Amino acid sequence: MTSNIVEIDNLSFGYKGRMLHQGINMAFARGKVVAIMGGSGSGKTTLLRLIGGQIKPSKGEVRVDGQVVHKQDRQGIYKLRRKMGMLFQHGALFTDLSVFENVAFPMREHTDLPESMIRDLVLLKLNAVGLRGAYKLMPAELSGGMARRVAIARAIALDPNIIMYDEPFAGLDPISMGVVCDLIRTLNDALGATSIIVTHDVEETFRFADYIYFVANGVVAAEGTPEQLRNSDLPFVHQFVFGEKDGPVPFHYAAGDYASEMLGYEA
Amino acid sequence: MIKSALLIGLVRGLRGIGHKSIKGIWRFGAGIRLFWLTLMSSGECFRRFHLIIREVYFTGVMSLIIILVSAFFVGMVLGLQGYHTLQKYGSSEAIGVLVALALVRELGPVVTALLFAGRAGTAITAEIGLMKATEQLSAMEMMAVSPIARVIAPRFWAGVIAMPILAILFSMVGILGGYLLAVPVIGVDAGAFWSQMQANVDWRHDILNGVIKSVVFGVACTMIALFEGYDAPPTAEGVSRATTRTVVTSSLAVLGLDFILTSFMLNV
Repeated sequence: MTSNIVEIDNLSFGYKGRMLHQGINMAFARGKVVAIMGGSGSGKTTLLRLIGGQIKPSKGEVRVDGQVVHKQDRQGIYKLRRKMGMLFQHGALFTDLSVFENVAFPMREHTDLPESMIRDLVLLKLNAVGLRGAYKLMPAELSGGMARRVAIARAIALDPNIIMYDEPFAGLDPISMGVVCDLIRTLNDALGATSIIVTHDVEETFRFADYIYFVANGVVAAEGTPEQLRNSDLPFVHQFVFGEKDGPVPFHYAAGDYASEMLGYEA
Repeated sequence: MIKSALLIGLVRGLRGIGHKSIKGIWRFGAGIRLFWLTLMSSGECFRRFHLIIREVYFTGVMSLIIILVSAFFVGMVLGLQGYHTLQKYGSSEAIGVLVALALVRELGPVVTALLFAGRAGTAITAEIGLMKATEQLSAMEMMAVSPIARVIAPRFWAGVIAMPILAILFSMVGILGGYLLAVPVIGVDAGAFWSQMQANVDWRHDILNGVIKSVVFGVACTMIALFEGYDAPPTAEGVSRATTRTVVTSSLAVLGLDFILTSFMLNV
């Protein structure tokens, strides 16, 4: 058993003629909370989809528990996915099922547990995210933060080895953000799992992540512990961490010369 | 100058036709592929029959009111039109046969399918499209659960089961509408109405063929609705366009298939 549960090796991915990733290398150590940070559109979420085997890399490979993901057949991929839990950006709760049924869904699909045990396990998971009392509610009745927590409970329903979070803090108020943040750390340590978090929320991530990768222009621009990155003098990391408007990531989208374009403009 | 502009226009037009044809063929192939995968995943959903029953409720039971009310009016209109024409030939007692044959052979299956496409088909497309847009299908995939087995197949079989039942109910209520118009209102003899119908409606050639038609329409309408939802771009505009396409494609498919099936059934 290698010390890394997920390894990304020289990975390139692109579509419609545009390369999103060009030779990315990452390693996710067992039991750690690892964050992938980068600007919008830098392909962070795509990396999660590559790890989950929803898309195939153009070059290179992703290994989960030593197995190359894109070389697996459908059954193999499903077998690997049973070791994973994923929190989608907006929760992706099944809107026609109650909170209880959402969390019970993976258990009902993959186990033959009796109803009484499913009930206990679902309430246990909901209790872990502080929403045992909301088990009867429908997703439409939940706030954004609550929906995110139910989705976390569903992601950990089968005690996965890897938990992937796609923008877990997006659109949350500071209280919900703090709650989700603590949950990620607590659940990771309690389950002995590895957490992979895709986010651009600097403050929260630097507070609880063990290791951080910065992705920019299709490559890993920087990596290290929060402390190492905070003290980094790399211009990109500096711009990102301190939220500077202009820098290696330009404010303006690539365009022609401003003056000549304005003067030459014909309505 | 004008010549070259015309040429460019012609080339663009041809390119557009080619592009649309290729896209159409591609979509047809993708639809057939989804149909095949649905059939392959059906065993699992038959083992969990409650999933199908639930969808039969949403697609079939929830469509009952529109189907039955329409059937009643269609039956009454048939009665009126039939009486108007038949009385010219002094055979107004044959109105029962006319209403029954028109409903059982054609209007029952066809109008039910058209209403089904508008009521249940659009609901299926919008639901699947929104499930895709809100990443519910991706979430299912990531939980190692096949959306085709869990979401598509139960809805498909529910549509296939519901459609013939709805068509039979449509014909029954339509005949009732025709009876209520012809017998108590117009004054056609009730005995003649029913006995002519019994004598001239054939169990196999009329009723069974009508049921076969509605099963085929059930397959077509449900599969089109499911494919459009599954293939919809995950945006509000994408789902809205897909919903419209469901109604248009299903209606054309039903009318086209009806012609083909009728040709075979009448041995023309």
